[in-house]
Amino acid sequence: MRTALNIATDTLAYGMVLFIISIGLSIMMGLMRVVNLAHGAFAMIGGYLASYAIRDLHVHYSLAILIAVVGTIIVSIPFELLLYRRIYRKSDPLIQVLMTIGITFFIIGVVNFVFGPSLKTIPLPALLSGPLDIGFRSVPTHRLFVIACGVATALALWLLIEKTEFGIKLRASVDHSGMADALGIRTEIIYAVTFALAIGLGAFGGVVGAEILPIEPFYALRYMVTFLVVVSVGGAGSIMGALSASLLLGLADTTGKYLAPEFGEFFFYLTVIVIVFLFPHGLFGRSHA
Amino acid sequence: MTDLLEARSISRAFGGLHVTDKVSFTLRPGDRVALIGPNGAGKTTLVNLITGDIAPSSGQFLMGGEDITGESIPARVQRGLVRTFQTTRLFQNLTVADNVALAIMQRRRITRRFFSGATERPDVRAEWSSLLARLGLARLAYRKVSELAYGQQRLIELAIGIALKPKVLLLDEPAAGVPRDEAPRILDAINQLSADIAVLMIEHDMDLVFKFATRVLVLAAGRLIFEGSPKDVTADHEVRRAYLGSYADARRAP
Amino acid sequence: MTDIAIDHVPGKRSIPFVQEGLGALTIIALGAVGCFLFPDDLALLTRLIGISFLVLSLDLVTGYCGIATLGHAAQFGVAAYAVGIACVRGVTDPVALLAIGIVAGTLMGLISGALIARFRGLPQLVLSIAVGQLVAALANKLQWLTGGSDGLSGILPGKVFGIYSFDMYSRTAFLFSLATLVVVFVALSRFVRSPFGLLCRGIKDDDLRAKMIGVAVYPRLVIMYGVAGAVAGVGGALTAISTGVVGLDSVGFERSAEVLVMLVLGGAGHLWGALAGALIFQIFEHIVSAANPFHWMTLVGLLLILIVVFAPRGLIEPVLMLVRRRAGKGRPS
Repeated sequence: MRTALNIATDTLAYGMVLFIISIGLSIMMGLMRVVNLAHGAFAMIGGYLASYAIRDLHVHYSLAILIAVVGTIIVSIPFELLLYRRIYRKSDPLIQVLMTIGITFFIIGVVNFVFGPSLKTIPLPALLSGPLDIGFRSVPTHRLFVIACGVATALALWLLIEKTEFGIKLRASVDHSGMADALGIRTEIIYAVTFALAIGLGAFGGVVGAEILPIEPFYALRYMVTFLVVVSVGGAGSIMGALSASLLLGLADTTGKYLAPEFGEFFFYLTVIVIVFLFPHGLFGRSHA
Repeated sequence: MTDLLEARSISRAFGGLHVTDKVSFTLRPGDRVALIGPNGAGKTTLVNLITGDIAPSSGQFLMGGEDITGESIPARVQRGLVRTFQTTRLFQNLTVADNVALAIMQRRRITRRFFSGATERPDVRAEWSSLLARLGLARLAYRKVSELAYGQQRLIELAIGIALKPKVLLLDEPAAGVPRDEAPRILDAINQLSADIAVLMIEHDMDLVFKFATRVLVLAAGRLIFEGSPKDVTADHEVRRAYLGSYADARRAP
Repeated sequence: MTDIAIDHVPGKRSIPFVQEGLGALTIIALGAVGCFLFPDDLALLTRLIGISFLVLSLDLVTGYCGIATLGHAAQFGVAAYAVGIACVRGVTDPVALLAIGIVAGTLMGLISGALIARFRGLPQLVLSIAVGQLVAALANKLQWLTGGSDGLSGILPGKVFGIYSFDMYSRTAFLFSLATLVVVFVALSRFVRSPFGLLCRGIKDDDLRAKMIGVAVYPRLVIMYGVAGAVAGVGGALTAISTGVVGLDSVGFERSAEVLVMLVLGGAGHLWGALAGALIFQIFEHIVSAANPFHWMTLVGLLLILIVVFAPRGLIEPVLMLVRRRAGKGRPS
């Protein structure tokens, strides 16, 4: 029973971190059809910025999150203008893979040159650091915070996409890019805004998830595959897809670690192979063929 | 004499819309059939159904009396059911010779060889070079397909179809995009095909249809509304109403 | 020549086996240059040759068949482990070990191919990653067999043909690897120009077209994966034999990504491109990475971006253009 509860909280927290980081990538892949392997690199920049802000500038945790998100978006702008624009929607996956691997390597090299190659901790505020008693047992407060962040992100995105003008244009562009052009929707602006949104979410997830996915020099490379896998299992461009894939893969990974610690990764990737084989376009994805 | 290809009441719906509606026809050895119809009548869909590119919602295809409805695309090609594409689909980064040689080698089952020569094998070379010469493409043999003009690519498309030595050849607008002075080459090439194969051609150019076809099928809104000789087709009321009206419109357009 | 009269297609003049011969000579010459430049570091050159096999192998599936894969190290690593395990358990003849590597690599290639070649695009890429990671996870966890994260050590191969023993200066290992590379490269350069090789290039261009000439695409891709696995297996076996250890890095994602970078740097779709990419990348890595691994990453990242933007066909393309232009001068147009 105790194990089951532990698995449940860990799955939820881990799944939510995966979700917050991956949902940005998912939207990007759904709209711009770009396999962005550098997504984790931007999450890493967020983590490094937050760590620097708290430890060296001594700002509050909440402000550090803001600095990380805004800072990462600013850093990402030249990449969007110079590089990503070339590969939206047209190139074959190989070109996209290579360019974004190149961007990842470049970011890893530069970030570690600037901030130094060591594990970056992001100290939690007192409010979030202790355990919290939820009646019958206590759980780490940070876990609950992460879960809350995940739920809030999902809700906010749902509202943004379903209820706002931007959301309508976004959906129109996803479904019929040619039609969107014809209707006078400036797709390049939609793309740029979506890119910023995606990168911002990645940075946000990188910071709040740092307790679970620690910020270290090779973060971008270590989790490069994980985020891509979440998106492809869930189906690119789907909030429900990313959410369920994050929780499912979080469950596979966490359960594997608790029940057969020797084979954690193994179960994770076995699940991935089975799902991709059965649903090549993801659980909630649509074929773009 | 058995039918080479028989379509039995083929239907296909996309989300409630019947793009192909209970189409039946047969192709016999020596048939030269033109498939005509206004734009959006479902001609290319019908060809895609025949080749197995898409599956019918109901109905059957038979070749030589055997049901092939569930067979894969390559299996049908191996039975001698060959098509050309309306918009050319060639191996763009290979040379013209390689494109045709691949079809020849595949037909002769030598593409499983790992260490022998390919395009320049004497037996293969003899075949593609004479075929290219016949289509006036000999001097382009070693050019990459992507470097060629569209009209030339159409001829290569036809060359690949011929190289596969089909029993049933489906030509999807073979002359579209081919310059006027090159078009007779296409008809010549078709006329030189073995007499015992069946050819089904989708074509808009009525001159070409009259020169080529011994039989005409007219498709409108997914249904076969006429089957008969070319000289009767213009006289048929149904056809006039469904087809020639829009055909006339199309001609009036600049 | 009578064929000119028949068909007007100018003959392609080629002397049989001249390409293969030139290829062999070039590789031997490169080996000699390597010996001259790095006389004290034959171990480095041997390692470099080992990885070159993996890049050639990747070229077969990515360059010739258009399959995007980020899990190609699996074939290499499985073969390396198979050889290591066999050697530790008493099979010490280097040629026999090489054969074991080839068999293991081929099997792994066929398994990977069966899974990966089913799809195109994103699902394919993700499956390739998942297969690679699955193998890496197994290598890590089957500690009793593979040594886990400590790696498998104590691989002491016997003498080549019973005569030449592996010395500490890697002379035997280097020559053995170089000789194998010559043989494999010559075989591959015939293979890629065979009907099967041509067909694979066709499939890469347009797989629907390939189906429409009667090709069952999927089985062909799986076979190609098997061949690629064999080539990667040679590399894995040679690396295990010459270094005496097999570590998790030989199956890792980084290795898979790195060889993809090497391939694209040199030029996918050419055997020479694969070889050139492997050489250039690894020599620079040796020089720069020794100074600072993060500078190396910055540099590789920048280089990769530049290549993708300005020379997507790799560094070999301008060289090939030059060769073609010179060859073209002699031919009647």
